[in-house]
Amino acid sequence: MMISRTNSSNASGGSIASVSALVAIFGVLALIIAGRTIDHAMGIQAMTFIALATAFLVGTGMWAGNLLDRNPFDESRYEDTLVKFGVFASMFWGIAGLLVGVIIALQLTFPNVFYFPELGWTNFGRLRPLHTSAVIFAFGGNVLLATSFYVVQRTCRTRIAGGMWPWFVFWGYQIFIVLAATGYLMGVTQSKEYAEPEWYVDLWLTIVWVAYLLVFLGTLWKRKEPHIYVANWFYLSFIVTIAMLHIVNNLSIPVSLTGTKSVQVFSGVQDAMTQWWYGHNAVGFFLTTGFLAIMYYFIPKRVNRPVYSYRLSIVHFWSLIFIYIWAGPHHLHYTALPQWAQTLGMTFSIMLWMPSWGGMINGVMTLSGAWDKLRTDPVVRMMVVSLAFYGMATFEGPLMSVRAVNSLSHYTEWGIGHVHSGALGWVGYISFGALYCLVPWLYKKKALFSKSLVEWHFWISTIGILFYMISMWFAGIMEGLMWRAYNEYGFLEYSFVETVEAKHISYMIRALGGGLYFSGALIMAYNLVRTALGHGAAEPVEAKPDPYATPEPRATLVLAE
Amino acid sequence: MSILNKHGLLERHSLLLTIGILVVVSIGGLIQMAPLAYMDNTIEKVDGMRPYTPLELMGRDIYVREGCYVCHSQMVRPLRDEVERYGHYSLAAESMYDHPFQWGSKRTGPDLARVGGKYSAEWQVDHLKDPRALVPESVMPPYAFLAEKKLNFDRIEDRLRTERMLGVPYTDEMIENAEGHLYAQADPDEKGYDYLDGLLEQYDGASGREGSVEFRDYDGDPRRVTEMDAIVAYLQMTGTLVDFSTYEADDLSNRR
Repeated sequence: MMISRTNSSNASGGSIASVSALVAIFGVLALIIAGRTIDHAMGIQAMTFIALATAFLVGTGMWAGNLLDRNPFDESRYEDTLVKFGVFASMFWGIAGLLVGVIIALQLTFPNVFYFPELGWTNFGRLRPLHTSAVIFAFGGNVLLATSFYVVQRTCRTRIAGGMWPWFVFWGYQIFIVLAATGYLMGVTQSKEYAEPEWYVDLWLTIVWVAYLLVFLGTLWKRKEPHIYVANWFYLSFIVTIAMLHIVNNLSIPVSLTGTKSVQVFSGVQDAMTQWWYGHNAVGFFLTTGFLAIMYYFIPKRVNRPVYSYRLSIVHFWSLIFIYIWAGPHHLHYTALPQWAQTLGMTFSIMLWMPSWGGMINGVMTLSGAWDKLRTDPVVRMMVVSLAFYGMATFEGPLMSVRAVNSLSHYTEWGIGHVHSGALGWVGYISFGALYCLVPWLYKKKALFSKSLVEWHFWISTIGILFYMISMWFAGIMEGLMWRAYNEYGFLEYSFVETVEAKHISYMIRALGGGLYFSGALIMAYNLVRTALGHGAAEPVEAKPDPYATPEPRATLVLAE
Repeated sequence: MSILNKHGLLERHSLLLTIGILVVVSIGGLIQMAPLAYMDNTIEKVDGMRPYTPLELMGRDIYVREGCYVCHSQMVRPLRDEVERYGHYSLAAESMYDHPFQWGSKRTGPDLARVGGKYSAEWQVDHLKDPRALVPESVMPPYAFLAEKKLNFDRIEDRLRTERMLGVPYTDEMIENAEGHLYAQADPDEKGYDYLDGLLEQYDGASGREGSVEFRDYDGDPRRVTEMDAIVAYLQMTGTLVDFSTYEADDLSNRR
């Protein structure tokens, strides 16, 4: 016993040392850049990195120094502290990202109030990437990190692999978020949508992401279940494909190794094709397969039923990831992209409807025999409604990818409405559902602090989403029709700015909808914090024995068809 | 369905699963992206395209920095109303030197692919400074600060050199004289006077026609070159390079 403990301590010490060395090396590189750069923004980015890396190293040192004889990576326990960090990081970034969204919605509604001529960094052009990255990568990314770390441990019935490395993934990812966000405010961007960070931030994220892949695979390798559970297929496809997309779409050559600016390798048509191959599959593999993984664990677990169909999960998994990757060119209809590529993109986008609905059906039908929970458990309702939004968005998407429809919908607010029905309805709700599950489970509480607050959250946000979607449909179809309207003499009926003016009321309703959704997220954060503190109904459950003795939902869930 | 029964193999071997995923997600991208790189008819053969002048390139960098692409597309679609509203539909050739492309995805403001020359430089400056002073219903942010900021072009030669590395045909002379050419375009009467002939010779030469480069003090402040000079120089040339009098849209080689 003594020997094995010493061995594992050495192993853990090894991962602490290697992580610290890696961070220290990058800290030194940042120091060199900070010393040599003539680029003001790069200086600030390098100093930010140095500050964060130093904080990480000092924190790690103090924590390791207090360990004494205790093994921090005890193989007989799950790593749940990390998941707790991920849960609170998700809440923090979610609120930040939604708040920026509300602000930019107000900027378009009341430009005289919400623009400040002296503060160029608060302009829409800089805050919009901040909003999209904050909600997709900071909020969504942290939800995916937290849930994947939780789920892969439970479904493999083993502690997460890599000792300190999962912590590196978590903190390295937060550093990526801070560098990207502060960079946007200073105008550091390569202007590729959802891939705005510049070359050095891309490099850092690549390292973090490779570590994430290895930690995830390492956990699969030491699993105590013979089969890899379906949620993990989806997580794995998300991690692997995002790595591929990220690397190819960000291929660029820096003008100087001590400057922020880089030049993209591809140009024009090729760059557009690469960007939307990336952009659409950021939706496909970040916002879809990752969150389907959440669905495949949290819905069965919460309603205590097996996944509806094992075969359906196989068929829709492989068809979804095969077909999704082709759909990018539907963002480029009627552009200078060759038409054969546009047609391929449209064809596969329509085909994509079926595997998307396969996932929705598999999730919803998992409630078979537990439909009453829709009424009694607002958390279950939230997750099922998220699948309804998923089904709706994945029907609307193929519709909009048809060239004729796209000629009307593209460049309009309809696209914004479509994205938000998927983002607020599907990604947001499945994430909120998972967070509502995780906090009581992680803090060993019988229930959430307040169930009625979940009801409030659900209804306020749902009304918010409806305001958002309907106002943007209205605005989008209206402006699309106005742009192409002719008067009786055969001239264009409207000037462009008349179409802008016509959207004012829709913009107000949209801002209101966003504000409601944001308020719902605040209610959730309050409820989750009170739950973690053990207030209200969040009474402690009796300590469980050895986690491995308790059967967690595992591969048998799908095997037991 | 016996093939589904074999799926257990992938569920028991994580590396097989990983490789399977990688293969399946690679196919679509390869088939759509690789041919664009070598097919001759991806980009039309046109007259008039030339690399951006240093001032225009700096202006384009500001366009990117400020996130203009978030609200303005640069891609006129071949639809009747768009061609009438904005001008000739955009060609692939027109963005072949754009690293990265700026086609955009949203028109909160109008398309800018052919905004060059549509308004006077004075209008552009005034509009950028205070959009609602000229267009009361506009929702565009104000960019008055661009007129206050001196343009930073410390690395202009490296900047052009990096573009050349990736296929933009800048000549040695263009790179060596980049700073002079920049002054020549923004301040042709004073600081850039000696470089003006070289600027026109080089860039009009690359374009194959005279008058492809506009040169003047753009922002009304001749004492210095500001970011406003650069972005207006860029806006005033967008979509003006290709000579459509020699472009045959119906030619078989131009059909894609």
